[in-house]
Amino acid sequence: MNKTVLDLWVGLFVVAGIAALLFLALRVGSMNAVNASDSYEVVARFENIGGLKPRAPVKSAGVVVGRVADIRFDNETYEAAVTLRLDKRYAFPKDSSAAIMTSGLLGEQYIGLEAGGDSVKLKAKDRILITQDAVVLENLIGRFLYGKAQEGTPK
Amino acid sequence: MQNDNLVEIEQLAFGYGSRAILKSINLTAKRGQVVAIMGNSGCGKTTLLRLIGGQLKPNQGVVRVAGEAVGELDQAGLYRLRRKMGMLFQFGALFTDMSVFDNVAFQLREHTDLPEDAIRDLVLMKLHAVGLRGAAQLMPGELSGGMARRVALARAIALEPMLVLYDEPFAGLDPIALGVTGNLIRRLTDTLGLTSIVVTHDIHESLKIVDYIYFIADGVIVAEGTADEIRASGLPFVHQFVQGEADGPVPFHYPAPPYADDLRLGGRGA
Amino acid sequence: MLRQAIENLGNRTIQGIWRMGFAVRFFVTILLHSGTAFSRFGLTIRELYFSGVLSLIIILVSGLFVGMVLGLQGYETLQTYGAEESLGILVALSLVRELGPVVAALLFASRAGSAITAEIGLMKATEQLSAMEMMAIDPIARVVAPRFWAGVISMPLLAALFSAMGIFGGYLVGVQLIGVDEGAFWSQMQNAVDFERDILNGVIKSVVFGVAITAIALFEGYDAPPTAEGVSGATTRTVVTSSLAVLALDFVLTAFMFRGLN
Repeated sequence: MNKTVLDLWVGLFVVAGIAALLFLALRVGSMNAVNASDSYEVVARFENIGGLKPRAPVKSAGVVVGRVADIRFDNETYEAAVTLRLDKRYAFPKDSSAAIMTSGLLGEQYIGLEAGGDSVKLKAKDRILITQDAVVLENLIGRFLYGKAQEGTPK
Repeated sequence: MQNDNLVEIEQLAFGYGSRAILKSINLTAKRGQVVAIMGNSGCGKTTLLRLIGGQLKPNQGVVRVAGEAVGELDQAGLYRLRRKMGMLFQFGALFTDMSVFDNVAFQLREHTDLPEDAIRDLVLMKLHAVGLRGAAQLMPGELSGGMARRVALARAIALEPMLVLYDEPFAGLDPIALGVTGNLIRRLTDTLGLTSIVVTHDIHESLKIVDYIYFIADGVIVAEGTADEIRASGLPFVHQFVQGEADGPVPFHYPAPPYADDLRLGGRGA
Repeated sequence: MLRQAIENLGNRTIQGIWRMGFAVRFFVTILLHSGTAFSRFGLTIRELYFSGVLSLIIILVSGLFVGMVLGLQGYETLQTYGAEESLGILVALSLVRELGPVVAALLFASRAGSAITAEIGLMKATEQLSAMEMMAIDPIARVVAPRFWAGVISMPLLAALFSAMGIFGGYLVGVQLIGVDEGAFWSQMQNAVDFERDILNGVIKSVVFGVAITAIALFEGYDAPPTAEGVSGATTRTVVTSSLAVLALDFVLTAFMFRGLN
């Protein structure tokens, strides 16, 4: 086996392999994982996060602007403290609201960020004050039945 | 210290666990000699070569090559010594993935900084010495047994060693190849000033070319001498070996119960 | 009778443990003698050709077929939930997380692993390794270590190629053949496949598999009895042992990597 031909094939092989890896990383996967250097973190408290998981997207106007970095339970206020890691490129007013939404009817849950009107922007370690909990199906059904029962009783 | 003996072996013992292969070997090989070591299959001849080459360490006794005790050398010292030794393996042990030329050039490329032209000349010279300069571009798979062994010989002398060890160089060769190989061993030893230690059980070829012979049986040297002394020897073992007799000190029959009993000819049981 | 069987079992177990100790020592020796494999990288490149390039065809073709089957089967099942548009996610995640690294590893073990074992076994049986030793050249450094590193480098590349081909196969079947929406196929896939969690983990898996397979293949070759049956038995052992090792390691790694999904 001629040495130069061999080297050529090995080179092609390695290039193809790296190309496959890049294809997987960029075209197949989402490499928009927001990393620590170009992001800032804010906290939002919820009474019920439903099925929200870490690494769930944070979307505003339907566009992914960040990821859920961490979810903790605050033992004193008995609330969930969710840390949102937002892309540094996007600044939101201090009175923006965070709601837990579901993509589609039964899809995975994400955080929808709706901008407020304040001229002062959110900085790192700030807290989003206006939050809306996840819609829990059981509560919804319970409310519906209760409402129906209420309608029925005064006769 | 210019000692006449290149290889000195004193009281050498070696074995695996309880199985002793060599019990007490005393042997010397002078510079420029062709020394043959003979004995039955399994008597430890190849083990002896491995001990000389440092691939095995003796249990007792000492092997000295050019004054250095082989068993006590560290890895670096061992490799240094081996660069001055060549070994011819039983079926050549050529590297099958490279050509004849590359095989002979292997040590030159690994151990020296010589430029390719110099290496080319040296390789062709060695191949010429064994008569295979025209086969330089063949692959080991295309060679006959005898040719492969000659290439291996060229490879063994590539770095002009002071000692060459031969493991059964005559095994399985046709009469012509036998003659060629024996002739080569003698000629190379004389022209290059080497010392050759040949392990073999080919008695006739060896008697033609060696200076001194040692016989090993049961882990010790049972006989030694020059070619003439051996030919004239009256020792039963040597006699049986040299004449190729079927029965003698080395019995024909493998140990077994009496023949009659095996065939149940005496006193049939129930 | 029974006592004999127990004795045999005990013996075989002790032999197995002793052999494993020897194998670990061999592995450490390879690592320690790896300097030459890198300083004379040409040796490793040569082995990269024999292990990697020569495995390309089987990897690419198998990847394509596996991806196509995933496309078909996946569509069948997803259709019942009206979730055909998630076909891209199914194909991509199955391949990148599991099928790519594992199947590529199994194929590598049977093609390249057995070849390595046979080669080393044969070299040992024909005394080529001994000859090298007697020429003051360390056979582990010159013959064994380059093959090891070539295997470790080849494996993740082959796994990535397998996954990429598989996704392409799934695309061919799903989008071109069956008619799943092309945009949905790729965009849903992109949203669901995470670089760190899925792709990187897949790469880590394939590197671990590469180490395991190549080390086993080299050890079996080096330890094989120097006869024809010895080498052929060693080749079979390589394929069986490394395949089992890959599957076992896959379980361990998967449990480790994907347990924190909540």
